[in-house]
Formats: sequence, C-alpha cells, structure tokens
Amino acid sequence: MIPQEFNYSRPGTVQEAVDLLADGEAKVLAGGMSLIPLMKLRLSAPEHVVDLGRIPDLSRITENGGSLHLGALLTHHQVATSALVQEKCPLIAETASHIGDAQVRNMGTLGGSAAHADPAADYPAALCALEAKVRLVRRDSERVVGIGDFFVDALTTAVEPEEIITELILPVEEAGTGVSYQKLRQPASGFAIVGVAARVRKDGGRVAMARVGVTGLAASAYRATGVEALLEGSEGSQADVAAAAAAVDEGIEAISDLHASSDYRRHVARVYTARAIQAAL
Amino acid sequence: MKTQINVCINGLERTDEVEPRLLLIHYLREVIGLKGPHIGCETSICGACTVALNGKTVKSCALLAVQADGQDIVTVEGLATNGQLHPVQEAFWNEHGLQCGFCTPGMLMTTRELIERNPEPTDEEIRHGLEGNLCRCTGYQHIVNAVKSAAAKVGG
Repeated sequence: MIPQEFNYSRPGTVQEAVDLLADGEAKVLAGGMSLIPLMKLRLSAPEHVVDLGRIPDLSRITENGGSLHLGALLTHHQVATSALVQEKCPLIAETASHIGDAQVRNMGTLGGSAAHADPAADYPAALCALEAKVRLVRRDSERVVGIGDFFVDALTTAVEPEEIITELILPVEEAGTGVSYQKLRQPASGFAIVGVAARVRKDGGRVAMARVGVTGLAASAYRATGVEALLEGSEGSQADVAAAAAAVDEGIEAISDLHASSDYRRHVARVYTARAIQAAL
Repeated sequence: MKTQINVCINGLERTDEVEPRLLLIHYLREVIGLKGPHIGCETSICGACTVALNGKTVKSCALLAVQADGQDIVTVEGLATNGQLHPVQEAFWNEHGLQCGFCTPGMLMTTRELIERNPEPTDEEIRHGLEGNLCRCTGYQHIVNAVKSAAAKVGG
C-alpha cells in the first residue's frame, strides 16, 4: 500500500499552483481523502502532485450579495461548524456533518470532494439542490460553471487538468426555506448508498419552491427536476410528497454494486426523497 | 527525490529527509520509531492509525509525511505527561474501554478531540464521533462509557 514515486510541489498561492499545473501533467492534492487512497491502490499514479494544502486564500468564507462563497480548501468540519454557513446555507453545513467520519471531516475538503465526483459522495446531492456554481481558475483565465454542467459522469467533472477549483458559490437561503439531507449510510465507509438533499419553501399554503439533489443512485449526482415540478404548486401534503418522490428515478439509469442492487437503490431513493422533503417542509 | 520536512512530534523537533510518497504512518512508525499509532486496515477505514495534526485528529495512513511539514503532531505516546496518564487514558482503563487494545491508540486520540469539541456528549454523539474508529472486541458499550467518564473528568 505504498504509492508510486512522484514529484511533490506545495505552492503558496493560487498563481503558483496554476503555473505548476499549466502543462496539464500534474495532479492536484487537496485534503487527500480520495486521492491518497487511490494512489496507495495505484489506481492513480501521477508523476507530479501539486499540494494545495497551504494556500490560505482557498479557505475563505465570504458573503457577497445573495451568495455565499466557500473556498475550495475548506474542510468538511469547517463547513459543518461555521456559524455563518449554518445561518446562510444550512443545507451545505448539514450535509458536511454527515460526510465520512470525524478524521475524514478534519482533512477532506469541499473542492476536493467536488472534483473527485464519487457517485456516492454526499456533497454533490446538496450542490445540485443548491444549484451551486464552481469557479475554475487556470494560468491566464477563469470561468464559472453551473453544477449541472460540472458533474459529467462517475469520477468525471468539467475541471480540466490545468485548472483548479478555487471556490463554490451557493445561494444564501431565503427566510422560510426548509432544508434537509437524508442518506442511507454504508456502515463501513460512511459513503451514501443513496443520499437526498432537499430545499423547500411554502408560500400561502402551497409549495413555492422545491429543489432536490440526489447522490448514489446514478453515475453522477443530479437534480430531480421531475420531483420538483410535481411538488411545486401542491399543498405539500403527505400524499403530494409521496407522489412527487416516486418520480425521483424517472429516466435514471440506477447503478448497482456489491452494497446495493439497482432495484434496491431505486426503492431507497424514493423513500429517502420523501423523508428529505418531509423534513424540509 | 527526497524532500526535507520539519515537524514537532510529541513536543520534540525533528528534521528528516523523506520520499514524498512516504505515508505519515510509516514515517511515525519506521523513521521515528513510534509504534503507538497502529496499522489496522491501511485503507483509511479503521482509525487505528489516528494521530493529532495541529490538534485535529487525522488518519495517518491517508496522509503523506510531506503534508505534515511544519506542523505539530501528537501520537498516543504524547498523551501522558510526567508519568501521569491523560484523563482519557485513565477513563479507558477504569471503564475497561478495551480488550485486545489494538484500536485503543486511535480511540484515545479521537476521544480527546471529541470531548474537547463537545464537553458533554450524549451516547449518540459519542457513537457518531467515533464512527471513524473500529473496535472488533468490545461491542463499543464500554468505550462509550469510557468517553463519558473522560468527559466528566475533564469537564469536572
């Protein structure tokens, strides 16, 4: 369980980091909770590792207008326990508190988890429900990508080899919006068999806004727009929630592995979608 | 190519030349000779390798030694001071929070942080907080008792 040899760089600024990545040959190390296990198994064998762990600019939390900007190197523990995040964007804080275990939450990072795009990771469900935006920086330019275009496939995102994620941009939650993240936890790893993040706001006795993000069911996390459409405009009764939740796997190719078959995952997804929406209402 | 790292381990400054691929657990056990942190699963699940890096518990099998450069590390060997057991160690002893003892170094390190962050944890919070540490002997009940006892000791 020893990684292949590699060269190691530890830039102190974002500019130094993107200069080191400009040739497209290096691999980015954030907290290492995904990359180092892969390197130990030699499923990943980069020749050059660029460690972002000492770039202070990447651990900032700022509020700007109606948005909360979370630095990519914030650990899950920092996201889960920040009073500002808990107040302005409680869904991402709640989700962070369910990731892995205490040790993993101390090292693992928001940007690292997003970039790794594990189909069973927790954050992607919340990021989809929040319609997050991701800032990607390279040597001479930067771009902001919507979460729908960010997650491409299992372990595949829109991030190019020369780019790093510098921050995730999330909406500040409007008053009256309820949120919840519910997951069936794989007992050894803590990963989600299926995880569902929901944001719901009622107005005048009807559901005015519903956003639902799902992880674990498909090769990559997605927004369950069918569920949202059924829920919005309804009274949000138990029957409304059940009917909406039944649409969570429509058009989805469910994954199957030794922990859960695709049929079981579909069933769990419907149950946990209903639970997340109920909890958020 | 080797890289120089400077670390402070259990209060002692060290400078070593290490390969970037050297895992922190191997650095601690094989270079420094600290055999307290154990290698259980080596897949970052079991938590037997848990140490504190700048006061935060981490799994040293999932870290590179170079990531610890310039940082402060505490292993289970650093818990007792002047021959006096740390309250967490004493609580595990009094409450029989171990059987074979293999997971204990990691349990102690995680418990130390757990009660620092939450001085009066409930049973549920203790079990959630120790999710990253597996014990194959005790069934956890005595460990939960030990954590409660340690919290009471430190808090009281």
